[in-house]
Amino acid sequence: MSVQTLEVNTEPAPEPKEERVTYLNVDHSLKSWLLTLDHKRIAILYMVSISLMFVLGGAAAAMIRLELTSPHGVMLSNETYNKMFSAHGIIMVFFFMVPSIPAVLGNFCLPLMIGCRDLAFPRLNLLSWYLFTIGAIVALAAMLSGGVDTGWTFYTPFSSVYSNSNVVTTIIGVFIAGFSSIATGLNFIVTVHKMRAPGLTWFRLPLFVWALYATSVIIVLGTPVVAITLLLVVVERTLHLGIFDPALGGDPVLFQHMFWFYSHPAVYIMILPSMGVMSEVISAFCRKRIFGYKFVAFSSIAIAVFGFLVWGHHMFVSSQSVYAGMVFSVLSFMVAVPSAIKTFNWTATVYKGRVWFTAPMIFALGFMGLFVVGGLTGLYLACLATDVHLHDTYFVIAHFHYIMVGGAIMGYMAGLHFWWPKMTGKLYPENWAKLAAGIIFIGFNLTFFPQFILGWLGNPRRYHIYPEEFQVWHVLSSAGSSILAVGYIIPLFYLLWSLKYGRNAGRNPWGAVGLEWTHVDSPPHPHNFHEVPVVTWEAYAYEPAEVEQERYDRPDVDEEGAMWTAPGSATAGEKS
Amino acid sequence: MIKNVPLVPEQASSYATQMDPLFWVLVALTVFFAGTVLTLLLFFAIRYRRGKQVDRSNAPDEHQFLEITWTIIPLLLGLGVFVWGAKLFAGAFGPPPANALEIFVVGKQWMWHIQHSNGVRENNELHVPLGRPIALTMISQDVIHDFYVPEFRIHVDVVPGRYTREWFTPIKVGRYRLFCAQYCGTDHSKMTGWVTVMDPADYARWLANGGQEVPTAPKTMAALGADLYVREGCAQCHDPGAPGHGPVLTGLYGSIVTKPSGEKVVADAAYLREQILTPADRVAPKYQQIMPSYKGQLTEEQVLQLIAYIKSLGPQNPASAEPVPISGAKPAVTKVKSARGKSADKGKSQ
Repeated sequence: MSVQTLEVNTEPAPEPKEERVTYLNVDHSLKSWLLTLDHKRIAILYMVSISLMFVLGGAAAAMIRLELTSPHGVMLSNETYNKMFSAHGIIMVFFFMVPSIPAVLGNFCLPLMIGCRDLAFPRLNLLSWYLFTIGAIVALAAMLSGGVDTGWTFYTPFSSVYSNSNVVTTIIGVFIAGFSSIATGLNFIVTVHKMRAPGLTWFRLPLFVWALYATSVIIVLGTPVVAITLLLVVVERTLHLGIFDPALGGDPVLFQHMFWFYSHPAVYIMILPSMGVMSEVISAFCRKRIFGYKFVAFSSIAIAVFGFLVWGHHMFVSSQSVYAGMVFSVLSFMVAVPSAIKTFNWTATVYKGRVWFTAPMIFALGFMGLFVVGGLTGLYLACLATDVHLHDTYFVIAHFHYIMVGGAIMGYMAGLHFWWPKMTGKLYPENWAKLAAGIIFIGFNLTFFPQFILGWLGNPRRYHIYPEEFQVWHVLSSAGSSILAVGYIIPLFYLLWSLKYGRNAGRNPWGAVGLEWTHVDSPPHPHNFHEVPVVTWEAYAYEPAEVEQERYDRPDVDEEGAMWTAPGSATAGEKS
Repeated sequence: MIKNVPLVPEQASSYATQMDPLFWVLVALTVFFAGTVLTLLLFFAIRYRRGKQVDRSNAPDEHQFLEITWTIIPLLLGLGVFVWGAKLFAGAFGPPPANALEIFVVGKQWMWHIQHSNGVRENNELHVPLGRPIALTMISQDVIHDFYVPEFRIHVDVVPGRYTREWFTPIKVGRYRLFCAQYCGTDHSKMTGWVTVMDPADYARWLANGGQEVPTAPKTMAALGADLYVREGCAQCHDPGAPGHGPVLTGLYGSIVTKPSGEKVVADAAYLREQILTPADRVAPKYQQIMPSYKGQLTEEQVLQLIAYIKSLGPQNPASAEPVPISGAKPAVTKVKSARGKSADKGKSQ
């Protein structure tokens, strides 16, 4: 690998006293935010929106866990419980997980990482946020004005004929939000193809960009399918055209094929960006080029491709043909391999690294712990014989929460903390962040591990009245969820606190390589780069350990214990 | 406490015994891989932590051989598990054996209707014989349901507009929970029931009896009373030579007894009923009143059975005895008994 001496940290902080123009302070009016075309501001708009949705989805989850402390369903009626888990699923999947990393961290970082001024279509980018917001408002209105009881999966003919809840409105909300995904995906694809800085070849791209690219391909190919599928449910519900209802000549299982054609790849929409964040964070805090760069990059593409070929593993017992089941099963085992490759490569990256235990790194290690368990338990469901028992039980719930909450949200938290100094120019309190990471990890495991056992014992999902002998596991799970909630609430406070009281981060508090750290101020100028960077080096061009020894072997925690100053970074001069 | 924490579901079908080894192999693989990766990760992270002086020379950032190794090994293991799983699945979802007993299941919001081929019907209950493959032909009347019995380790969706089939061979007598495992609307979590696995002989009798459980040999009321006499602890005092102190009951029925007031009455059914339910009111001469009241402890049917037993112990005196309405009550009593037997069974397996 070509080792070149990149000027990582030696640039002096530009005009530390005089207030610099940044994308945040360039205009304070509300209009300037709501009509902004700046990808960084749109990222912040998205962050506010999805955080709100996360709180709402989390509140529904809290109700679910509270209800499940009793086996008799004493708190909520059947109908209300069904609406709660439906609201939780719909909000979390369509309005939080899918946009989380791409629309917030991706929107913010992608142009900075590839050295351009904005995404290819800034207006489309703003439109996507408006579509998201309108979709979210419509869906929330449906849920607040009576609710929807179909689950996030909208299985027919229940959703298209039998449900008496606000199915149509909810679907319209999801449908609109789908276009916001498509707009973002399209924007990313074009941006990555056309707007990379001179010299930034595909194999010099940070792996986060590869992950976002793979994600965007899935979004653009998959989302239209689910949008049309859901529209067909509306058509059957309102016009009584026989599509899914056998009484009208339709096929109820057809819906599942079309739904999972998107919704299985959607799992990769959620986890791939997180994997991208992992590569960035692990590399930055091990001071090392990611191990097996090309394997990690291509594994993202492999996941995107194979991800489209495994939807039938949700339908092994749905009356799908036995032979189709076998094909989907073997493909599902194959899609597990690229994820395994990534995991092994991240582990190998740590070997002989210079591991700096910052909060993002702790979140990243937490990701590994949870993702490995979530990924391996996926094999039980990919395997035909065991899925026949575990299908639609709590085992499935536990498995996908390990991936989507344990994996994807841990990755989001890692990325959020990693790029927070870049986004806001402020450092968050490091010890609080580490504490939150620890609480989330413990709370998460306590919440979801018992659910593996419940599923293995045969407790079906979406049951709020359950056999008494299962209660002990449900109570453990509910107890864990309260710890998890505390873990998620703490960052809300200290991150907001840091906006006002946090120390100035300086350009590159982590001493990381990557254009967004080395060539962009924190917070960035509205135009990102003062001049177009010309890239002549590989990604993750950290110097070999022996060279960096001198530069980095300094205390990274200052006297106050909460903050640190990366050696040579801009903050070093600003310390007051 | 700990022994009440369930960890492993019972194995009640032959499929369960086939699937469980595969499950445990997967558990072993999970523990091995998760353990290896996470141990290495933590070991590396701590050993190579910032500020620690260790040899970091020649840190690799790619290694073709390693990459290929850790691609091929998981792939091969995965394929091995796939083949194993696919084989079992093909067996479980293939055609049922020729000797399978066919039973028909209709799912609807929020009930299971089951019909046996001789016409016996049941709701939310399925009775099957032990050891014989059972083939369920299933269809839904409305939305998609799913017939799931965890102890059998098997799910199959019950779909409107098409028949689906689920077959299994029960290997253990007992009662097992039946769940609808596909979300089907408001009362989804109440769409549950029980599968009862019976000895083939019991099943045949149950089926012949139109779906009523009958005891192996119908017991007389006196025999039922004798059971109660032992179960309720009467024998401790009333048996000849019993350690407790109470009158021996042989020959009591129909005899003349003296009440505490000195009044002489015939020990008929009415007398015995009162004596059992409120013994304090009528102490038999020469005995201390230590018998507890059975009021609320015994049903009227049980009291009748006890009286029939007492009557059977000694010679009757038809002249003085009031007629006990045994003959008229008999069918009703049998019926009640079978219903009770059922619920007692239920209680046990719960």
